[in-house]
Formats: sequence, C-alpha cells, structure tokens
Amino acid sequence: MSRVRICRVGESQFAAALLPREAAMPEGLSTRSGRRDAARFAVYRNNVGVGLTRALERRYPVTLRLVGEDFFRAMAREYVALAPPTSPVMLAYGSQFPEFVENFPPAAGIAYLADVARLEDAMASAFHAADEACLAMDALMAIPPDQLGDVRLTAHPAARLVSSPHPVGTIYARHGQDAVSPVTHWCAETVLVTRPHIRCEMQVLPVEEAGFAAALFSDEALGPAAEQAASRGGFDFGRALLRLVSAGAFSAAVNSAEKEARHA
Amino acid sequence: MSIAFSKRGPRLGFFEVHAENYMGEGGLPHHQLRSIAERYPLSLHGVGLSIGGEGDLDRDHLKRLRRLVERYRPASFSEHLAWSTHESAFFNDLLPLPYTPETLERVARHVAEAQDILGVRMLLENPSTYLVFEESTIDEIDFLAAVSNRTGCGLLLDVNNVVVSSINHRLDPFAYVDRFPLDKVGEIHLAGYDEVTDEAGERLLIDAHASEILPDVFDLYRHTLRRFGPLPTLIEWDNDVPEFPLLFAEAERVTAALQEAWRLQPEAAARRSAA
Repeated sequence: MSRVRICRVGESQFAAALLPREAAMPEGLSTRSGRRDAARFAVYRNNVGVGLTRALERRYPVTLRLVGEDFFRAMAREYVALAPPTSPVMLAYGSQFPEFVENFPPAAGIAYLADVARLEDAMASAFHAADEACLAMDALMAIPPDQLGDVRLTAHPAARLVSSPHPVGTIYARHGQDAVSPVTHWCAETVLVTRPHIRCEMQVLPVEEAGFAAALFSDEALGPAAEQAASRGGFDFGRALLRLVSAGAFSAAVNSAEKEARHA
Repeated sequence: MSIAFSKRGPRLGFFEVHAENYMGEGGLPHHQLRSIAERYPLSLHGVGLSIGGEGDLDRDHLKRLRRLVERYRPASFSEHLAWSTHESAFFNDLLPLPYTPETLERVARHVAEAQDILGVRMLLENPSTYLVFEESTIDEIDFLAAVSNRTGCGLLLDVNNVVVSSINHRLDPFAYVDRFPLDKVGEIHLAGYDEVTDEAGERLLIDAHASEILPDVFDLYRHTLRRFGPLPTLIEWDNDVPEFPLLFAEAERVTAALQEAWRLQPEAAARRSAA
C-alpha cells in the first residue's frame, strides 16, 4: 500500500508544541525514512526552553544563587511558559520576572527574593541604557545660590533607584563574591544604580538621604526636596547632593526660575 | 601560544556579531562594537527576523536592523532560512520550515523586503535540521538557490549545519557541498556540534556552538575550499566560550586552511576577488 496521507504542519501547531511541559510532537514531521521520533522534536523543545531560561539566569545571577539552580530553573520554566518573549530583542527579556517571583507561591517564604530580582533588573536595564554625559558638580555650582532651590535635576538614562523593606543592596553585594558572608544588620535599603562611565555601579544610600533621592527622581525641585528631607534627623543637603551627583545620577540641571525669567 | 597581537589588535580578517545583542540604546556593548568596527570589517548576523515565518516581517525589528546598518556600516548582513516568531511569541531559536512552492514564495518576498528596507544585499544561511516535513516537495539547495535567483541575495554556507543535517537525514555532506551554488556563497560558517542518539539509537547531531570544530566538519571545510576557493570564514562559538587564546588558536587553524586554499587555487581566488 503506497497511499500516504501527507500532513501539513502549520507554524501554530509547531509553536504550540514547544513550551508546554506535556505537549505532543506535531503530525507531519518525521525522519527521512518516515519514522516519527519524539527525541528529535525534543531538540527544538530543549533549545527553546533552555535558551529562554538561560536568558533569565544571565539577567538574575544573584536571585539564582539565593535559591539554587534547581529551584531557579523550575521557577524560570514556569515564567517562560507564561510569558515568552514578545520581541526578538532578548536583552530586554525578563523585566516582568520580579513581579512573577513575588507572586510565585513556592518562593513566598523568601520575602526579599523579588526585591533582589528588582535590583538585578535595574542593573540589567542600566547596562543597556542610552549614553549621556553625567551632570558635573561644577555645573550646579555655577547656579546662583538663591536660585538653587528651584532647580530640577534630570535623571541620567542609566540611573535607577530601588527601595525595599529588606537589605537588598547588601544581599546583592555579599552574593557577588565567591564566599557569601551573612547579613548581620537587617534593615530597609534604598539602592542607587548608576553608570558614570561604562560600567554600572551601585551603592546603598544612607537612610536619611533615600527620600531626598526619590523626590529628585520624581522631578521635585531641590528646595522642596531638601525641606522634606530635613524633617528627618541627620540630613545634610550638601553631602546628599554631592553623593548623588558624583555617582552620576543626573544628566542635566534645569533652572526653572531662570527659564520662567527668560520666557517673561 | 603565539598570538599575533599588534597595537591594533589580533590579526583577524573580520568580526561578526549577532545584531540583536546590539539593540540596546547604549553602554558597553556599543562602546565595544564601535572600537571593533574602527579596526576590522564587521559582519552583522541577525537571529531574530523570522524570515521563514508565516506572518509578515516585524517592521519594528527591520527598523532596529536598519539603525544598526546605518550606525556601523557593516561589510555584510546575513540571516537564516528559519522562523523564530509566531504571532507575538519569540522563541529565541531557529525553527524549521517546510520547503514548498508556497513557502518559497513567502521567503523570497521576505528577503526582498528586508533587502529593500535595509538597503543592502543579504546572505541567507542554510539551517541545521533534526526532522523533515512530510509536505516538503523542494530540495533544500534548490530552495536556497531559487530564493537567491529571485531576490539577488547571496548565500551563507554553514559547513557545520551541512554535517549536522546530512548525518541527521542520512545524506552525504560532501554531495551537499558539491551541489551548492558556487557563485552565490559570500561567507562560510564553522562550529562544533553535540552528539546524542534518537529513539531508534541512531546518531543525532545538534548544532551547539559550544566546542572546537570537529574533524569531519574541518575535512568538509577543506573540501569546500578546494571547490570554492578561499572565502570569508567565521567560527561560531557562542556557548561555553573559552579564553581568547584557545579561540584565537582555532581561528589560526582556519587561517592556515585558507592560506593553503590561496596557494592551491590562485585562479579561483582571483576569480572571486574580481567578482
């Protein structure tokens, strides 16, 4: 009997069999001798699954280290099946992963895990952010002191602020080394990520400066931001501003008073 | 280890990068690519255009590619006879398509559109495959040659893919190279493969890019050079990438084979460089 039914494999059937755990191999694919062979189709399934989870492993190395390879891969496989990339630009893939981690029941016991992932996502996106010169302290010092309060600072394209009720910056730093040392002082942290030259840097801001930084990143003028921060003890306007500017947090200073004067 | 480093960097013919790795706005990747492009010819190799896909080409992705072409003026742009996007999902892998008059028409349309928007002649690469589509009616080489004839695109001959597909489908890799359209080839790829067995216990080779070039691929490469003359050749090693000296030694092995090809086939070399 030589009558053979030729089955056409649509792209949608092929695609549907790639990610689900128990998907069957589509009809219409075979070896050249006409034998169906699931081990061969599994090469595609494995390439896709491993390729996508590996992208998450590269973006979230500390998150991986905190939970171990097996746990991370199982968690990543679920994310990948739920939210495969929607663009061929893989360097942006996985930015929703921290939110997924936060709501992933098996990870519920590790309260800080999602925030560590948020910090890693901030580092990854800062790495690829647009090139722009950082605002220098000299440029700020050229502004007449009586106008400084009206100045708004433009966040540098690579600058990120990550705030957490957990010591995420310390956890991140301790897990970036070969030997992990325990975190002794458990407290909330606000971490500033910047890219002053080509490499990304991060630092934990002093607790009294966190609100000031957040206000400036929300486009608050220097005056009101400093007044709010001063209500906390220990805040020093000059020290806080110098720390942020010299880390490369901003790319421009906009003197709104001057602008208004010019427009008048 | 003798590495011919000069002040201008190691002695290498050209560099190739995956276009999609340079689609961020700025930072280290562009910084490094700029300094490579200042010293060496650059080849831009796309892995995400989904030229073999059922849907229309992604216009946003074509714009991103055009931006890179304008920014770096690469000496070459190449993509794959494969698909990777279905509807909105991108699978990050080079997936196979059946070879039929219908898919030929579609691939030729996509190649023509890409060349039109990017303003360059592209090279289309032969795939590694693990299964065949029962509906296919056109031979892979005939398919590639027809796309090239219809669109004017060149072809990228991946010698590792030839070995992988030929062993997987019980075909003769040397016969594949002998039938490949000589005058269309603008570049050669080499790489290492992985080997497992299928459900029947038969050899199943997997395109892996995670090791040195294996002897059967290197033999076929020498055979290819004897037939085609020297051609720009790239080693793809993008998983488990070793330290640079090992990578460079691998490049030196290829350079030696290319020099031998120049010696043995001066007329083929002259013919190509005149073309």
